Amino acid sequence: MASETTATSSAAIGLRRGLVLPLLLLVAWEAGSHSGLVNPQFLPPLEKVGQVAWQELANGELPYALAASLKRDLLGFALGAGFGTVVGLLLGLSRIADRIFTTWFNGLKQIALLAWIPLISLWFGFDEAAKVVFIALAAAIPVILNTVEGVRSTSTKLREVGEVFRFSPLQLVWSLYLPAATPSMLTGLHLGLIYAWLATIGAEYFMAAGPGIGGLIISGRERFEMALVMLGIVVVGLVGFVVDRSATWVEHRLVRWRTA
Amino acid sequence: MSIAVDHADRVAETTDSRGRLEVRGVSKTFTVNGAPIAALNDVSLTVAPGEFVALLGPSGCGKSTLLRLIAGLDRDYTGRIVQDGNAVTGTSLERGIVFQEPRLFPWATVRQNIALGLKNAPISEAGKREAVAAHIALVGLDGFAEAYPHQLSGGMAQRAAIARGLVNRPRLLLLDEPFGALDALTRARLQTELQRIWAHEKITMILVTHDVDEAVFLGDRVVVLAPRPGRISRIFDVAAARPRARSDDALIRLRNEVLRTLEHDGADDGKAGQSNRSGA
Repeated sequence: MASETTATSSAAIGLRRGLVLPLLLLVAWEAGSHSGLVNPQFLPPLEKVGQVAWQELANGELPYALAASLKRDLLGFALGAGFGTVVGLLLGLSRIADRIFTTWFNGLKQIALLAWIPLISLWFGFDEAAKVVFIALAAAIPVILNTVEGVRSTSTKLREVGEVFRFSPLQLVWSLYLPAATPSMLTGLHLGLIYAWLATIGAEYFMAAGPGIGGLIISGRERFEMALVMLGIVVVGLVGFVVDRSATWVEHRLVRWRTA
Repeated sequence: MSIAVDHADRVAETTDSRGRLEVRGVSKTFTVNGAPIAALNDVSLTVAPGEFVALLGPSGCGKSTLLRLIAGLDRDYTGRIVQDGNAVTGTSLERGIVFQEPRLFPWATVRQNIALGLKNAPISEAGKREAVAAHIALVGLDGFAEAYPHQLSGGMAQRAAIARGLVNRPRLLLLDEPFGALDALTRARLQTELQRIWAHEKITMILVTHDVDEAVFLGDRVVVLAPRPGRISRIFDVAAARPRARSDDALIRLRNEVLRTLEHDGADDGKAGQSNRSGA
């Protein structure tokens, strides 16, 4: 091991180690399903799940459901992130807005996300609009919190530099507060992306049935097709994983000035 | 003494009498845990255009506080501070400042950081680009224009901060222990650089320091402050010709005399020090 000191080989070792646990679980799953210890109706063997995946891919059901979910997810995220950024900047920059809203907002964020569903359903119905609003709400909360945090933690020493050079309020926001808050804001957007995807599946479970991965899982349960349920869950996990990794990658690109 | 007079004449001739600063009867009180603490007590000082004044004193003598008042960063004081006939009521592009820490914006390159000083300067974009490039060269940072602050050494970051303080050509540059955090070699090199820049730019500079050698090496006058309450204890004229050598006998004698004054101030801590002037 000592000879393998290059970055590539240590990354490869990391990957191999990271794969150990999932592979063991898959082996246990397969063994459990075939051994008769577990009812295969509750735990279908892997090849059955693979077969259903192929079938759903071929008949277009899976791509259709995935596209519907992603569209909903991204639309909700975009709305929530936009709204959250504006609200977060206002709360962070304006002392008056801060005094009026922050306590109120801190109370609101204590309400569990799922508790909003009845209210949103009453206001926006059970359809697409209500789902998007729910996803937007989920995304907005971490974006607001992290934007406020980023703006507030801007160094007063750097603020004095702006004062010395007679920065206008707009120059202060644009040249100081926004760049200073960027790392924290990106963290908020990253969390917002994760929350939005969780909320997408939640909305599809709890609101009116419609196209989507959540709908696919629900229909699998209703038809007692465990393989379809498993497939849905795997896809949800994979999308979450890809979203998280991409967000991390983008974050690193955008705040490269931070890394030494 | 005659050398000192000659020197003062030269200063008056070579500058266009801008960058004159008057501090009149300035007092400043901080409130710590409800109790008032006198940071500065009746400080008066006149700085001539193009002069280099070193404010020297132990920590707690109010030297940095005085600099912040002059900069306009703190407006809560009594007395008057006037630059070129205008009362100081806030920060101004007429006064640049270099802080103890470089305070560079970490997300901006050296070039962008220096350009911050020109954001509100009434010159064209091309003029700004030229000024930034000229000041990068002035502080010896050629080749580092596109570097980010985390890629610079402490000395290089402070050079960038000096360039940022100078780039809009203020009449007065305030330096708040700018070399305090640097190693001895880098500090000595930057002191020599600062002397060259001052001679080249012909602007008024006020340097706050607790380093006697630095004050004597750079200052036309060394203003010694005593603590509790912060006040001027003694003012030394430094007559040595420029560019100066650290090994100059006159400088070393003066340095010893300044050190004795500091020790004396420390001995009768609390009593008002005698205010007199001495030539070197």
